[in-house]
Amino acid sequence: MRRSAAGGRLLEVQDVTVRFGALIALADVSVEIERGEVLAIIGPNGAGKTTLLNVISGFYHPSHGRIVFEGKDRTRLAPPDVAALGIARTFQNVALFKGMTVLDNIMTGRLLKMKGSFLLEALYWGPAQRQELEHRAFVERIIDFLEIQAIRKTPAGKLPYGLQKRVELARALAAEPTLLLLDEPMAGMNVEEKEDMCRVILDANAEFGTTIALIEHDMGVVMDISDRVVVLDYGRKIADGSPEQVRKDQAVRDAYLGVSHE
Amino acid sequence: MTSRARHTAPPAPAATALPPEEDTFPKLVRANALRWEGKVAIREKDYGIWQSYTWRDYFEQARLIALGLAALGLARGDKVAIVGDNRPQLYWAVMATQALGGVPVPLYQDSIEKELQYIVDHAEARFAVVEDQEQVDKLLHVKAQCPHLEHIVYDDPRGLRTYTEPGLLSLERLQALGTTFGADHPSWFDDEVAKGTADDVAIICYTSGTTGTPKGTMLSHRNLILTARNAVAHEGLRSDEEVLAYLPMAWVGDHIFSYAQSIATGFTVNCPESAATVLHDLREIAPTYFFAPPRIWETILTTVMIRLEDAAWPKRATVRFFLDMAQALERRRLLGQQLSPWRTLLYPLGYLLVYGPLRDNLGMRRIRVAYTAGEAIGPEIFVFFRALGINVKQLYGMTESSALIAIQRDDDVRLDTVGTPLPGVETRISEGGEVLFRSPGVFKGYYKNPDATRQTLEDGWVHTGDAGFLDGDGHLKIVDRARDVSRLPDGTMFAPKYLENKLKFSPYVREAVCVGQDRPFVTALINIDLAAVGNWAERRGIAYTSYTDLAQKPEVYDLIHSEVARVNRSLGEDDVLRGAQIRRFLILHKELDPDDEEITRTRKVRRGYIAQKYAALIDALYGERDHVEVEAKVTYEDGRTGTMRADLKIREAEVFAG
Repeated sequence: MRRSAAGGRLLEVQDVTVRFGALIALADVSVEIERGEVLAIIGPNGAGKTTLLNVISGFYHPSHGRIVFEGKDRTRLAPPDVAALGIARTFQNVALFKGMTVLDNIMTGRLLKMKGSFLLEALYWGPAQRQELEHRAFVERIIDFLEIQAIRKTPAGKLPYGLQKRVELARALAAEPTLLLLDEPMAGMNVEEKEDMCRVILDANAEFGTTIALIEHDMGVVMDISDRVVVLDYGRKIADGSPEQVRKDQAVRDAYLGVSHE
Repeated sequence: MTSRARHTAPPAPAATALPPEEDTFPKLVRANALRWEGKVAIREKDYGIWQSYTWRDYFEQARLIALGLAALGLARGDKVAIVGDNRPQLYWAVMATQALGGVPVPLYQDSIEKELQYIVDHAEARFAVVEDQEQVDKLLHVKAQCPHLEHIVYDDPRGLRTYTEPGLLSLERLQALGTTFGADHPSWFDDEVAKGTADDVAIICYTSGTTGTPKGTMLSHRNLILTARNAVAHEGLRSDEEVLAYLPMAWVGDHIFSYAQSIATGFTVNCPESAATVLHDLREIAPTYFFAPPRIWETILTTVMIRLEDAAWPKRATVRFFLDMAQALERRRLLGQQLSPWRTLLYPLGYLLVYGPLRDNLGMRRIRVAYTAGEAIGPEIFVFFRALGINVKQLYGMTESSALIAIQRDDDVRLDTVGTPLPGVETRISEGGEVLFRSPGVFKGYYKNPDATRQTLEDGWVHTGDAGFLDGDGHLKIVDRARDVSRLPDGTMFAPKYLENKLKFSPYVREAVCVGQDRPFVTALINIDLAAVGNWAERRGIAYTSYTDLAQKPEVYDLIHSEVARVNRSLGEDDVLRGAQIRRFLILHKELDPDDEEITRTRKVRRGYIAQKYAALIDALYGERDHVEVEAKVTYEDGRTGTMRADLKIREAEVFAG
């Protein structure tokens, strides 16, 4: 059922190296993300997966190498600027505003799209009101999409973990990203929650055409939903290809899945 | 017809004939569209906002769906499976099918593939109109086994854009086909509607059945329209009622309330946003006319009790005091006893402080008529809601009677009867004690099952399978399913449902199965309510990991023991039922689930199956040991099965003498 990857290169990570003191988190890693695909980044703990996402989202800057997004060099941008370009992300540890309702949390995903003066916003008048309604309507689409109508008015902090993850994804989708980075979206979920999440990710990809790069440990999930898999180990890319290719790759088996003792 | 002359005299005269211009639902909807052009017929909460459709919209939308189905070749007599949550689009599809002389077959939306396949195949459905991807996936999986199924139409396109299966199309596309088809065949729709007659099959409702495979109950337009109208007249329902359509469309109750009565009366149906938001949407809509099976009333009561437990003590004490007082008052009223004057005086104060705000909070402030139906309700639950001043009444009916047989009259509600037969309904009791009835609503037979039809329908009388009797005032009393009632060795009558309902009054007990047929005494298998017991455990700092773990905590056993003791105490005070006290019980490791075939989709316990499946547990209840190991097969949502193991404790329950 997978689509053929459509329409060209969205993002290129070119020979990126990230150093923390003496520690080399990423060493000359190059990854391309194609427009419209679902890319999985896998690898053992400490392989540099999250670092790679952080480099893309502008949280870290590479010691060496370039990041090209939609054909332009974006190596040195700060996170807000990266977000404004259409790259949204979720975090490994849920990062919601716990005291705010789900609805308000998701509305924050629209902040970058809101214009207008502080005064008009405060008075909720004229264009400010119109704008608020438009954004609210869009957020409602996301709420419907993720089937979280029942918790619209619930403070995010009160929700179980699986739902918080979903709300976080909703907030990221609310920003209408071109590229969505998901850091372990299914960590700590049970089988049913994982299935739901997989469906949502595939639907978002199909419905909004969002390109998705995700870090995931569950190999079943990775094999099911990704078009392509990149494998990192000790900061190096050791494989890059379709799920089947990666599964058969000897280097991956040795490094990641463990050496067979048969 | 002189029947309209006297509507003051009870019983109201029953309608028995239909004028040909209003003898089918499509004709009635067309009349509504002219009469109530701008009046809201149906609402749906979507994207957080209530979207309204007038009777004109209802008719136009259904007409386009009908023309679309006609374009795909739907012929008179073809079956159309309808699967999904209550959605305006699906109600329109029901009418659209009827307009072309087709027969809608609504299915339970949470059916697993096997059940879906059985009904779609048995009904020989050529078309399916479904809500979303979930239902499409299920149908695509079973399509190979359903040779008649050609077209699947879906409403919500989410996730389906990349599907390329033949015969699959969106409702939008279907309506577009309809527009084109209508332009080419301008009189098609009206011609087809004109061909419809009162005795055409309007719907086939597959009854879940506590035994055996589902049977397709065929109901005609005449059955449904007359039954709906008679009840509307009896209950004084008006065109400005608001109802919430939240129970499965496959259940005949929803069909009569949200479809037949709405169309016959012109009142507004409201579809909740999702299954999870029902209680919230209930509050927003504040219906005037409301129906719920005992299960829902219990759930609402449980949420009230949980919230009450969490309240600060002065509040809790006040609420408790007034609730207890109102219930005592209501209980005496229902028994026809003298009411104590001070309680009567205090009631308005209670209304101001407690009952009114509580009703408002539950979305029950505007209710004029409410029913509990589908199963017997626990008396305590019934009294609770009536004590708040809500006009809840018991209703008795079944699919084979177009849902309605008897309803309690507003001024004559009692605890232990289901009221008097509706206008047009005759009831009698067979020699074996079984309730029989005859009415304009009597079904046309089971689809493709003449044997079962013959067993149930005799000379126009329907065998309900319920044991019951008519009391001196003509009130019908239902005891239990006829085959479930038995006698214990000491001669005490054992009616399991009666005991189970007493247990289920406790917010902590979600489901209970009492055993006693051909046994020396009564025992019970109990399901705890995860929400209520979980909340209770949290407040006491009892840690648990899962349902199974929580169920087997000694503290939880103590809690449930006190509930069993409460039931036993009340039985001990009853001279007739003293011998039916529960001697031993255990708490089940998993919830009874329709996917595991332990209860029906309308949440009726399937005793035969449970006796078989849990034979080891039941034997242990009658043995010496105080625990029993269990290994159970569970069916997951996607139809896969797995096993789980648990060690269940067995407790002796306290027994009371008179």
